[in-house]
Amino acid sequence: MIANKFGLHARPAMQFVELANSFTCGIEVAKGSLVVDAKSIMSVMRLAATKGTTLKITADGDDAAEAIEALCGLVNSGFGE
Amino acid sequence: MAIAKVVVIDNEEFDIPQRRVPIDHVQSELTRLKKALKISKEEIRTLQKRTVERIGKEAASIFDFHLGLLADKVLQNKFKDTILGGHVTAEYAVATVLRSYAKEFRDMPQYLADRAKDVYDIEKRLLRNLTGQQRQTLSHMTRDVILVAHDMTPSHTAAMDREHVKGIATDAGGATSHTAIVAKALGIPTVVGLEDITSLASGGDLLIVDGSRGLVIVDPDEETLEDSRNLARQQVEFAHSLDTLRELPAITKDGHEIIIRGNIEFPEEVHTVRSKGGKGVGLYRTEFLFLSSDTEPSEEDHYRAYRQVIEDSPGETITIRTLDLGADKYTQSRARNPERNPFLGCRSIRFCLELQNLPLFKRQIRAILRASVDADVQMLFPLVSTLRELRQAKSIVRDVAEDLEEEDIPHKPDIPIGVMIEVPAAALQADAFAKEVDFFSIGTNDLVQYTLAVDRGNERVASLFTAAHPAVLRLIREVVRTGQQHDIPVCLCGEIAANPEFTLLLLGLGIRCFSCAPRAIPEVKKIIRSITIQQSLEVARQVSKFDTDSEITSYLRAATRKIMPEHYAE
Repeated sequence: MIANKFGLHARPAMQFVELANSFTCGIEVAKGSLVVDAKSIMSVMRLAATKGTTLKITADGDDAAEAIEALCGLVNSGFGE
Repeated sequence: MAIAKVVVIDNEEFDIPQRRVPIDHVQSELTRLKKALKISKEEIRTLQKRTVERIGKEAASIFDFHLGLLADKVLQNKFKDTILGGHVTAEYAVATVLRSYAKEFRDMPQYLADRAKDVYDIEKRLLRNLTGQQRQTLSHMTRDVILVAHDMTPSHTAAMDREHVKGIATDAGGATSHTAIVAKALGIPTVVGLEDITSLASGGDLLIVDGSRGLVIVDPDEETLEDSRNLARQQVEFAHSLDTLRELPAITKDGHEIIIRGNIEFPEEVHTVRSKGGKGVGLYRTEFLFLSSDTEPSEEDHYRAYRQVIEDSPGETITIRTLDLGADKYTQSRARNPERNPFLGCRSIRFCLELQNLPLFKRQIRAILRASVDADVQMLFPLVSTLRELRQAKSIVRDVAEDLEEEDIPHKPDIPIGVMIEVPAAALQADAFAKEVDFFSIGTNDLVQYTLAVDRGNERVASLFTAAHPAVLRLIREVVRTGQQHDIPVCLCGEIAANPEFTLLLLGLGIRCFSCAPRAIPEVKKIIRSITIQQSLEVARQVSKFDTDSEITSYLRAATRKIMPEHYAE
């Protein structure tokens, strides 16, 4: 769940996407029924994830487990803001 | 007449028309996009570095976002799919994809909505790099093309590969627009003001541009193509026959040598003057230096242009006219209170002699004096109507020369000075002027305008504008006589100098020096070589018996037709 005051704005979105790109598996992130490629900054921005939004992260591939753990960790820690 | 395939130039205002590209061009659009992405990334990395150095890491972090956007695979695929699926240009793909994203962002909560600005920024950067690449390819073309654009800017015309650009067609523009002027100077078939040629012609289409009839044909059928090719061939043949005149002197059949010079607007044209067989420049209109940019030209800008003209015309006489702007762009658009009657207002020499404009005037004079060292250069003042103006201007030239002397800068100390005879007052007082100048240059365009009180740009009265009016001819004759009496050369540099129908008459009135647009030089030379001065005197005598311009025009047409029937061939 997004804890940041300004939601998933540019900086945290970039952090999220960069982290996602460090894994080889395919990763998707969803807000409600809108599912997008987590490795695409443009797509992630489109989620318009504000404070309190719950995001669902799914991954498929070799390092899927680490990917999910890392990304959830990042979001829940508030992106260090 | 030009027949070639189209290359479309997108202008930088980013009004992107939906333009289809032929299938075999799709791959090159993808390549252009890839290149533009790469260049944009490099630009941003540089910007980012500079921002970190100058402002700080925090401020530079936004560029991470920009770089992220450019690296975004989903986005790149969207671009690719648009190009591949729609067969459109890279510009169109970039514009539509990014704008739709930006729209989405705008509808989001505040902080996210701000990112729409970044998306537009990326769009601008990509488009700039795409059209910038175009500017590059504009100057290095591999085959003959016709350029199609909304409008051509001075930077386009400066960059274009003159060898391969065979024709130009634009949406915007009129007869006196920059595009038209450049095209005329370079002899490129051009049609401007078409309004929607950019949506009717795409890259790769075959186009016929008929400059003389103002016609553009897109994707012509075989028959039209054949007809146009024949017409083009005839034109080329006639042009070639005139080309053989290049090295031949302009001497009448009874041995009188006539000087034919060229009128130029920018330095490159001296090559055209020479290739058309002209000797020297009778009128270098320096306004282009002031019009081609938003800021006033520096002394070095002037100097470089003049040096180029001088160095490309070794041994020839160059006549440089000082700033002649006013009635149109320069002083009007910048004036706080636009004049009600600009043609009778503060323009040309009057503008230059105003106290606040003296630095501008002196800058130009300084550059002329410096550039003219060891060269046959004369200085010409426009629109002079009183002796006082002439004397003021001359004393300024003396001051500038003195300054240069004190600063120990090489310059031409005693440059010949002349006046344009284009105001009736100057024509009528020619004897007084003749005592204080080294030469006259008769500017018939303005002389006709002021003498007949007709604005040639006003369609309602434009038909009254003609140099064949007896009053104008009388003035010309008097000015020539005065020049002869005071032993100063008189050159005629108005439009009629380029009109073969007037050559006989002007010779008969005593003109021995013409300066005209380079493309007209061969025909004028041909007439001169085909007649005797005796003939011209007879023509002048006949003309003096007529009362109206229409009788004179008909008579001259008939006389010229007899000597050079090819001029009238359709």
